[in-house]
Amino acid sequence: MIRTWCAIGFMACVSVMPADLRAEQIDISIGYLRLETPPRAVLSGLDPIPPARGIDGAELALKDNQTTGGFLGHQYTMDVVSIAPDGDVIAAAQAMFGTHDLVLLDMAAGALLQVVDLPAAQAALVFNVSEKAPALRGADCRANLFHTVPELGIEADALMQVLMEKRWTKLALIEGPSAEDAALAQSYRDAARKFGLKIVSEAKWSFDTDLRRAASREVPLFTQDFKAHDVVLVADAHDDFARYIEHNTWEPRPVAGAVGLVAEAWAPVVEQWGAAQLQSRFEDLTQRDMTAEDYAAWAAVRVIGEAVTRTGSAEPDVLRDYILSDGFELAAFQGRPLSFRTWNGQMRQPIPVVNAQAQVASAPPDGFEHARNPLDTLGLDQMESDCHAFEN
Amino acid sequence: MLLKTKMSASLLALAFALPATASEIWVSNEKDDTLSVIDIDTLEVVRTIEVGERPRGITFNSDFTRLYICASDSDAVQVMDPETGEILHDLPSGEDPEQFVLHPDDRHLWIANEDDAVTTVVDVETRKVVAQINVGIEPEGMAVSPDGKTVITTSETTNMAHWINTETHEIYANTLVDARPRHAEFVKDGSELWVSSEIGGTITVFDTVDQSEAGKIHFEIQGVHPDLIQPVGFELTPDHKTAFVALGPSNHVAVVNTETLAVEDYILVGRRVWHMAFSPDYSQLFTTNGVSGDVTVIDVASRKPVKTIKVGRFPWGAAVRP
Repeated sequence: MIRTWCAIGFMACVSVMPADLRAEQIDISIGYLRLETPPRAVLSGLDPIPPARGIDGAELALKDNQTTGGFLGHQYTMDVVSIAPDGDVIAAAQAMFGTHDLVLLDMAAGALLQVVDLPAAQAALVFNVSEKAPALRGADCRANLFHTVPELGIEADALMQVLMEKRWTKLALIEGPSAEDAALAQSYRDAARKFGLKIVSEAKWSFDTDLRRAASREVPLFTQDFKAHDVVLVADAHDDFARYIEHNTWEPRPVAGAVGLVAEAWAPVVEQWGAAQLQSRFEDLTQRDMTAEDYAAWAAVRVIGEAVTRTGSAEPDVLRDYILSDGFELAAFQGRPLSFRTWNGQMRQPIPVVNAQAQVASAPPDGFEHARNPLDTLGLDQMESDCHAFEN
Repeated sequence: MLLKTKMSASLLALAFALPATASEIWVSNEKDDTLSVIDIDTLEVVRTIEVGERPRGITFNSDFTRLYICASDSDAVQVMDPETGEILHDLPSGEDPEQFVLHPDDRHLWIANEDDAVTTVVDVETRKVVAQINVGIEPEGMAVSPDGKTVITTSETTNMAHWINTETHEIYANTLVDARPRHAEFVKDGSELWVSSEIGGTITVFDTVDQSEAGKIHFEIQGVHPDLIQPVGFELTPDHKTAFVALGPSNHVAVVNTETLAVEDYILVGRRVWHMAFSPDYSQLFTTNGVSGDVTVIDVASRKPVKTIKVGRFPWGAAVRP
């Protein structure tokens, strides 16, 4: 690959033919298949979902891989296919697996399992970049399915660890009306039990008012009956009502979960460990902030790149073996190497715990130890996992 | 005595009429946009000098009459008169210069442009960019061979050392290292190249004749998880028999025997130790501790920390001025 750089007018342009580490040319063709979710009505229009959320992260990682590949004779390309909510994702997947055996899936669990179970997908290496459902890491796991997006329990555990470290152990939980809200609330309950925090009160969000006008009147009354608590936890999976809870509670308490103190795989405020560089490269590419969804897709493409670089192969089974080996580690701007759980294919990662302005902590905090790796204090550990597809 | 560059000329003149200064350690404070100057005799900060945004790499020219400063967020390399603390001019550096090396010809600065995947060569006399060379993503570590024929750039996300011919400005070899390489040095008269890998937790030793891997240094500290042992900057004694390696958030400096590649000691320092500089007689080693905002002074003979000196926020680079 010959590239010429002439950014500054008065300097000599230098054409570089990088020396190849390995003579063998490899073409790595990555597929990105998305089934779009229908738009969902939420109370506030302040934070629209970027149309290329996730895809942009993969594009950035593709550029990273292409630069590295240029020195090695490895050529990376990516094809993005996005299917409308009522489109035929199975047909699209058939076509995708006909030409790609390294595929990122950006879709909900039901469609994702149908796609992964296609005969055409069996020889492929597939990365789940958006679905957090714990079952995909448990009973519904698949041997060729890796997850770079954390499961719900990883984020919930991260939040509880940080609350525990602060000794803010009495929690009041507000649960939204959707099935996703219920799953999120359950992940908070499970995590609270795991780390010894107590949910002292619970309330179901059932308002149908427009809270942009009424929050200051309704929320104090709604939260008035909570027993003595340190923190209000909000289970709102769709960014619907949570933003109206903070600073409207009866008691002056911090809010956590969907808003306030939030545990998520990436956020625009993450800046340590060289993260500012990744943020600025992403912003240069997209003119917007990098989200957790972008990070999961970025990580998946970088995982492929790292495995191809180290093995000199683009064969899915070679890459799979390497990704699951002790030798695999990905530097990913979180201060610790990322790797994969050998029992269910979940990426092992620190979780930033942030507010809107700054990173508060990186979970696990000091003191949360594990015989294997402190990161395995987050989410489904080997003993708890119902996944058997990875047992050889 | 704390001097700001904003002081009036008369005050400056008065200050520098004082007896000649002792040897100094200069430290760049990444999040204060300042340099702290430590007097080696008193082990105190005697000057704090305002510079460009996010200063990181700093280096003196061969006769110590000029200091070069990578002001990363100002997208410039600044040239300072270290006597007065005055910025004389900026050099074109390319975007986001992080680290650099001065070629033995004392004339060409080789600069890693972290945001741009480029190494920039600047002539400090003509103040012009001589060449830009495409390298991997997030270039950082820079080293020049003692004969001046090879410059190394390491790239953090590409995980390579790029070997550049300084005559042709072309890359003649790329060697993979462990994850997130940070710093490179030529060792033992240029017969070896060492590259530290922050996330990989190792230093890779290369034979410079054929760029083959000749060894790897591993670190292990009781009670510290291996993921937190992150080698970054390192410095060698003049005989190149001993290396001191900063291990980042493990808050230790390792002492490495360069013959056996075995670690002989671990020295506790401040939090997230980055880089180091020796005193002119090599009896003391000064480490920049990014998170704790201080400098640890290590007695080289006893390998013990002897003092902590408060500097600015997030100290990063260090350089000695005899």
